[in-house]
Amino acid sequence: MNLRSILDSMEPHFHKGGRFEKFYALYEAADTIFYTPGYVTKTGAHVRDGIDLKRMMITVWLCTFPAIFFGMYNLGFQANTAMEAMGVAQAEGWRGSFVSAIAGFDAASLWDNILLGAAYWLPVYMVVFLVGGFWEVLFAAVRGHEVNEGFFVTSVLFALILPPDVPLWQAALGITFGVVVGKEVFGGTGMNFLNPALTGRAFLYFAYPAQMSGDAVWTAVDGFSGATALGLANTGGIAAMADAGITWADAFIGNIQGSVGEVSTLAIFAGGAVLLWTRIAAWRIVAGVMVGMIAMSSLLNLIGSDTNPLFALPFYWHLVLGGFAFGMIFMATDPVSSSMTHTGKWYFGALIGVMVVLIRVLNPAFPEGMMLAILFANLFAPLIDYYVTEANIKRRVARNV
Amino acid sequence: MSKTREILLGPIFTNNPIALQILGVCSALAVTSSLNVTIVMCIALTVVTAFSNFFIALIRKHIPSSIRIIVQMIIIASLVIVVDQVLKAYAYEVSKQLSVFVGLIITNCIVMGRAEAFAMQNPPIPSFFDGIGNGLGYSVVLLFVATVRELTGSGTLLGFEILPLVTNGGWYYSNGLMLLPPSAFFVIGGFIWLLRNSKVDQVEPVEYKLASHTK
Repeated sequence: MNLRSILDSMEPHFHKGGRFEKFYALYEAADTIFYTPGYVTKTGAHVRDGIDLKRMMITVWLCTFPAIFFGMYNLGFQANTAMEAMGVAQAEGWRGSFVSAIAGFDAASLWDNILLGAAYWLPVYMVVFLVGGFWEVLFAAVRGHEVNEGFFVTSVLFALILPPDVPLWQAALGITFGVVVGKEVFGGTGMNFLNPALTGRAFLYFAYPAQMSGDAVWTAVDGFSGATALGLANTGGIAAMADAGITWADAFIGNIQGSVGEVSTLAIFAGGAVLLWTRIAAWRIVAGVMVGMIAMSSLLNLIGSDTNPLFALPFYWHLVLGGFAFGMIFMATDPVSSSMTHTGKWYFGALIGVMVVLIRVLNPAFPEGMMLAILFANLFAPLIDYYVTEANIKRRVARNV
Repeated sequence: MSKTREILLGPIFTNNPIALQILGVCSALAVTSSLNVTIVMCIALTVVTAFSNFFIALIRKHIPSSIRIIVQMIIIASLVIVVDQVLKAYAYEVSKQLSVFVGLIITNCIVMGRAEAFAMQNPPIPSFFDGIGNGLGYSVVLLFVATVRELTGSGTLLGFEILPLVTNGGWYYSNGLMLLPPSAFFVIGGFIWLLRNSKVDQVEPVEYKLASHTK
């Protein structure tokens, strides 16, 4: 008896009138993990292409892996280094006991670092996945739509942009808000005009600023205060980062404080290269973000300021600090909440690039601007598309009077 | 009697000014971070709506239609000034917290809307009840929003501690977002969702339907 016939024999129970009618969404999800759905397009244009939503989302998910593994290593490395400096022998709590049972706390050991990082990050990811998945399945069952793989991406992106020692209940609350208010109330995947992962992150950012920002949250050691590189730049510019021993190469490779996914620009670009090569991420958006960011930061460099050291921060520093690279590759290119038209993607990207520099440099309240810049541009995406199509219509009408 | 009853109680759930007509949302965002202030605001708005409706209905046949908005505004503004002075005299602390929002009752869409829609066509007594009813409808939503926001935002209700905060040695982390005005959007949205679950006729028809292209 092969898997297909097991699934087929189970199927009638999940159909209307069957015993498990309410769990059809779960059956459908399990079935389509193993087999391609048998549906074929019956109306409109037929596009012959092996790629579908499922394959696309799984590719994005896989592309976050370099960032995940490097991030976990770095989380452990930063924590172990900090503990060494403070003279603490063992990380506190159940995580510490777990790691000490199978490894040590040596900052020079790759294995020790990855294990400590995993002990912090994997529980966050598991909680995010289970809680968010619960909401996803609940809405799928009640609304009668399918569980969508988009959630794989949402959950992993959300977990990657949280601070390392975020309380697990806050992670659960954040993803609940992101999935329910950011996506499901508008009709589920494909209908959301905001990126759900960033919506959840923004909720936590404004609801619990003490656990989501500041100097104490970026290293997984209690009582250790280490500002992110961007935070240092905010107070003292490049000089402050140099004082703390952070070079551009450190920030590019990811040897800095920060949330798991965001630290290593190199690892993010490794995943991003695959996304761009497979055309899952729109290169126009990525290019637009870069152009906008370079133009705006160069402009601010020219203007200059005596009081605000961030004015002098050149574009190649903006690229490697904070969540810029992660947001550019994984968040801005979300196919649902970004602009659809080719021209629109340039404008959409450039808007993000300009806004992120503006928020970082000119706004004293938020040192990090990527989250708010992308959410802001998400709101404008439909408007941008509208004007692009209108302009196209006007141009063609003018051509054929 | 049943007509009066309908005028008075209809706006609370079946024809709620905020939840169904989406009027007067601005002050629902601004004054709902603490329940104490909200209650005063609700009373103020109910009084103003009721009496403005009453006085406008009294002279409705003498108002030239070309300048009716100006006349209505004068009546509403006078009432708001009275309410503001009373608050300053008897509830100074609360009136300081309400600051400009008492004055802004003048521009509250519910007051103007009821004057235009009801008081201009109906006799004074029903108009008065209509004002009370719409004030109650406004109050129901505001009290709901304020309860949720004060409870989750600062762990208190009417200033009494319900959920002990971590900063005071308790267990509850206060939700800072709930103290910011935008959170009222989510809470009002939740209220409308709850309301329309029980009153299905308020659900708007969908504007478009996606054609299914498989199956």
